[in-house]
Amino acid sequence: MREIYMDHSATTPVDPEVFNAMIPYYTDRFGNASSIHTKGQRARQAVDQARSQAAELLGASEREIVFTSGGTEANNQAIISYLSNNPDKGRHLITSAIEHHAVLDAFLHLAKRGYELTVLPVTADGLVEPDILKAAMKPTTALVSIMHANNEVGTIQPIKELAAVAHAGGAVFHTDAVQTVGKLPIDVEEMDVDMLAASSHKLYGPKGVGCLYVKRGIRVGNYFHGGGQERGLRPGTENVPGIVGFGTACKLAHINLPERQTRLNKMGQRLKEGILNSIPHSRLTGHPVKRLPGSVSVCFEFVEGESILLMLDSYGIMASSGSACTSGSLDPSHVLLALGLPHEIAHGSLRLTLGKDNTEEDVDKVLEVLPNIIQNLRGMSPLCN
Amino acid sequence: MYSQKVMNHFMNPRNVGRIDLPSGSGEVGNAVCGDIMHIDIKVADNIITDVKFKTFGCAAAIATSSMVTEMVKGKSLQEAEQITNQTVAEALDGLPPVKMHCSNLAADALHAAIADYMRKEANKLGVS
Repeated sequence: MREIYMDHSATTPVDPEVFNAMIPYYTDRFGNASSIHTKGQRARQAVDQARSQAAELLGASEREIVFTSGGTEANNQAIISYLSNNPDKGRHLITSAIEHHAVLDAFLHLAKRGYELTVLPVTADGLVEPDILKAAMKPTTALVSIMHANNEVGTIQPIKELAAVAHAGGAVFHTDAVQTVGKLPIDVEEMDVDMLAASSHKLYGPKGVGCLYVKRGIRVGNYFHGGGQERGLRPGTENVPGIVGFGTACKLAHINLPERQTRLNKMGQRLKEGILNSIPHSRLTGHPVKRLPGSVSVCFEFVEGESILLMLDSYGIMASSGSACTSGSLDPSHVLLALGLPHEIAHGSLRLTLGKDNTEEDVDKVLEVLPNIIQNLRGMSPLCN
Repeated sequence: MYSQKVMNHFMNPRNVGRIDLPSGSGEVGNAVCGDIMHIDIKVADNIITDVKFKTFGCAAAIATSSMVTEMVKGKSLQEAEQITNQTVAEALDGLPPVKMHCSNLAADALHAAIADYMRKEANKLGVS
C-alpha cells in the first residue's frame, strides 16, 4: 500500500540533499568546531556556512542567529532567558491563547514565579487582533510573544502590526515561527520582530536542531550554562551535522519557497473544498484565507478524531487531530477550544498538512476515502440518526 | 498502541445498531468528554438473545463496545452482570493505560441496559 503522509506540520522527511550534506560531519569531518586543528576548523567553517544560510532565509545577519536544539529550546530561551537577563524590565508579559506549549508553558512557568501574565483571546478564525493587544499593554509590559502561524488550524497572524503595537508600548516582541520558516517568506527586518524561533525538522531538515533569531541590541542571555559556543548564548558542543543539515534545508527552502507556496496553496484549496463539499456537517477551523499553505483543518460533527485517524491510517493516509484522545488528556486541544468550538465539535477534528512530496493523486485518494470513513463512523454514532 | 484484538473490533465492529423495541437500553458518557456508548438488549427467559451498540468515541470506545456485545450475547442476566470494564479490557488483550478511565465504559452501558430492563419488568409486575 502506498503511504500518503499528510502530517507535515508534525514533522517532515529529511530532504536527500540535506542528508547527503550531513553525512561527512558524522564520519570524516567529525571535528569539534572549537578545536584549532584542521578537523576542528572544517567543522567551524561548516557551522559558519549554515549560519549564513539560516540568516539568508530569515533576512537576518549572521550574528543574529543562535543555533539551538530546536524550536522548544529557542522559544524557552527567547522568553525565559530574555526575562532573567533583563530584570530591570517590567514584570508583565503577554501571549495568546493558541500558542504552542513550548511558549505557553514557558510563560506559565514565569507566572508561577511572580510575573503577571495576560493571555489574549483570539477571534473564531484564530486571529490575535492588534487592538486587543493594544488594550492589554501596560507600562510594565516587558515581552509580547505571538506565534507567526498556528500549528493546528494554520491561521497566520498579522505579526508586523502586532510587533508595532508591542514596540509602541515599549515591549520586546518575540514570535514562534516554527510553522512558517520555509513555508512563508520571512524577513525579520520587515516584520520588525526582536526574536524569532525556528525548527529544522519542519522544513525538511533533521530533528534536534533549530535556531533563535535575536535582533542586534536585544540582550537575550543564555539558557544553558557552560562553554562559549554561539558567543556564549548557547553553551555546549555544536551539533555540527544537525546544523549543517538545517543550513542546507534553509538554503533549499529559500530556493524553492515561491514555487512550493503556490503549489501547496492550490493543492490545499482543492483538498479543503473537496472535503467541505462532500461531507455534510463539516466545518473549516482557522482562517478561511490567512492560513499556512497546504494546511487543512476541519471538524466533523458526531464522530471522534482518533477514530478518523486510525481509519485513514488503514488506507495508508497519515494525519493528525486535536481530539482529547490524541492530545493525551481528557480535553480537546486548547487551540480549538480557544476558537470557541464546543468540546463535542472539537473532538471531531482532523488536520491534514501537505508537503512538497504530496501529489494531486494523494488529494484524490483522501477525497475518495474520507467521506466513507466519516459516514461509516457516523453509522456507529449514537449522536447521528 | 492498540492490541490486534482492539484494532480488529474497531475496524470490524460486531453488533452495531439499534434494536426495535428493546427489552432494555443503557447509555453512559457524554459528548463533552468525547465518549458516548448506547447499548440495547433483547431478553427472553432471562437470556440476552440480542444486543446492539452505538458508540461515539475513539477506537478503544468502539472496540470495547463491540467486545462487550460479543461477550454477552446468549448469556443469562446473572452472567452478564459479572462482566466488568476490566474483563472487557482483558478480553481485548488490554488497553493503553490512558484509555482505561475515559473510554472503557462498555460494561457500564451494558449494566445500565440490564437495570433498565429490570425496572421495566418491576413496573409490569406492579401494574398487573
